[in-house]
Amino acid sequence: MAESDMLVLQDIRKTFNPGTIVEKKALTGVDLTLRKGDFVTVIGGNGAGKSTMLNAIAGSFPIDRGTILLGGRDVTRLPEHKRAAFLGRVFQDPMMGTAASMNIEENLALAGRRGQYRGLRWGITAREREIYREKLSALELGLESRMGSKVGLLSGGQRQALTLLMATLKQPELLLLDEHTAALDPKTAEKVLNLTRRLIAENGLTALMVTHNMKDALALGNRMIMMHEGRIILDLDESQKAHMTVEDLLEQFEQASGRELANDRMLLTN
Amino acid sequence: MNIAQLLNQLPGAVAQGLIWGVMAIGVYITFRILDIADLTVDGSIATGGAVAAILITNGVHPWLATLIAFAVGMTAGAVTGVLHTGMGIPAILSGILTQLALYSVNLRIQGIGTDLGSRANVPMSINKYKNMLVSLRNVGHLSLDNPIWLMLLISLILIGVMYWFFGTEYGCGLRAVGANPQMARAQGINTNTGKVIGLMISNGLVAFSGALMAQYQGFSDVSMGRGAIVIGLAAVIIGEVIFGKLFRNFALKLLAVSLGAIIYYLVIQVVLWLGLNTDDLKLLTALVVALFLAMPYWKSRISARKQKGGVSVG
Repeated sequence: MAESDMLVLQDIRKTFNPGTIVEKKALTGVDLTLRKGDFVTVIGGNGAGKSTMLNAIAGSFPIDRGTILLGGRDVTRLPEHKRAAFLGRVFQDPMMGTAASMNIEENLALAGRRGQYRGLRWGITAREREIYREKLSALELGLESRMGSKVGLLSGGQRQALTLLMATLKQPELLLLDEHTAALDPKTAEKVLNLTRRLIAENGLTALMVTHNMKDALALGNRMIMMHEGRIILDLDESQKAHMTVEDLLEQFEQASGRELANDRMLLTN
Repeated sequence: MNIAQLLNQLPGAVAQGLIWGVMAIGVYITFRILDIADLTVDGSIATGGAVAAILITNGVHPWLATLIAFAVGMTAGAVTGVLHTGMGIPAILSGILTQLALYSVNLRIQGIGTDLGSRANVPMSINKYKNMLVSLRNVGHLSLDNPIWLMLLISLILIGVMYWFFGTEYGCGLRAVGANPQMARAQGINTNTGKVIGLMISNGLVAFSGALMAQYQGFSDVSMGRGAIVIGLAAVIIGEVIFGKLFRNFALKLLAVSLGAIIYYLVIQVVLWLGLNTDDLKLLTALVVALFLAMPYWKSRISARKQKGGVSVG
């Protein structure tokens, strides 16, 4: 692998509930290499393996076969909480990325220590608080004046914005965005997407963003991959992506997957 | 019914409440912070009593005996933690298993030095072991011997230490483990270790309380922990219901737990004075706790119904 490769997936395979009637071949051989600074959007129908791929990278479950290299390290067997040192994550469910019963600054302070030893020093310092206040005010959501409020009191959009800030607070080697705007109303989703774009650009992050929205997938990032039945069936670079329309994509999808997908078409165009 | 008789009982209720308050703070750590219903406590409170009693009756200083009880309680918590996180047994069942095992262990601890090697009860009279930390003998006195003073001091120090600990980097991480384990792992926190540590601290406090309880009543008994979890929960819930709106700060929330335990024992004294048979006490406690646990659920259902049936505004 080249030195600039941030993420290398080699033949990742995962079957859930093997040997039972609910057996699900979720990943059937995923190969993917991300260079440093790549911002890759991921599309595909329901059950294509998009989220499973992200969770495999994050270490939510052990994979059956394959190798995962992050920043040149083999993390295939590293437990989830250890891999967290290299990863920033934002989930589809706005409730997932934050601790509702803790306040905004406590959540940020937890994220500010991602991958670090946690000892018996006080959980948040005055200096940190100032940094968080600045970063929050840049979100323009008024959260900087509510740093003592419980995160559970925030709206879904506010929580996703906060989770994004938390995920990028300590420069991650890879940012994993799992349909992080899907649960938001269109206007809020757009705001969170703009914030995503800005944070990735400002920090020069490498990112994988799963989305159901083809327009977003085409508009954002410098590369796009399409998944189907647990594999990557299409991989477009920046210039290929630039000439694509949603209609082209649908056609490509039908060609590559080898069948007409009336149901998935609905999901993909939404 | 003689009101003087009731008034006479009240200092004892306060002292007992303060001792159980320590135990209830342990329950608060698992039940509210870690979001685990830990049934180990029924066993570990008696373990604390057993360890303290056997050490004190063998000449160990009561302070040292009580601290050793704390350490042994932590071990019990670690066992439950490993059963849960290392062997994949559901938390509630892990606690039940440890609790059951502790019954035998406690009989054995209390039997150390006896011919049978097992004993259900260890008496330790204040007459013989004069330096015991607390005793119900002194609860009516206005002197410094009164157990209420020492228990107040211990409770306040404990609340202070817990406030500090859960404010540290590690403590904040533990709170995240209970609040959202998925998020905690994404922030690099080992949720399994966190649960084990939390269970250890909790059961350490419970055993510490058991050690004080045994000294207070002048004996240790293997069955002294029966239903302890329910009393602990009662204290937590009474504290929340009465002081929840008022106390937002974490230290005050812990204080509310302690006050909840005192209120529980005061109420018990009143119902006993009103003529309730002591044998029916556990039934009453279970009913009260069930009612209080149901309240948030009922409240949410009522407000949901109101929203559905109500006139929409705007």
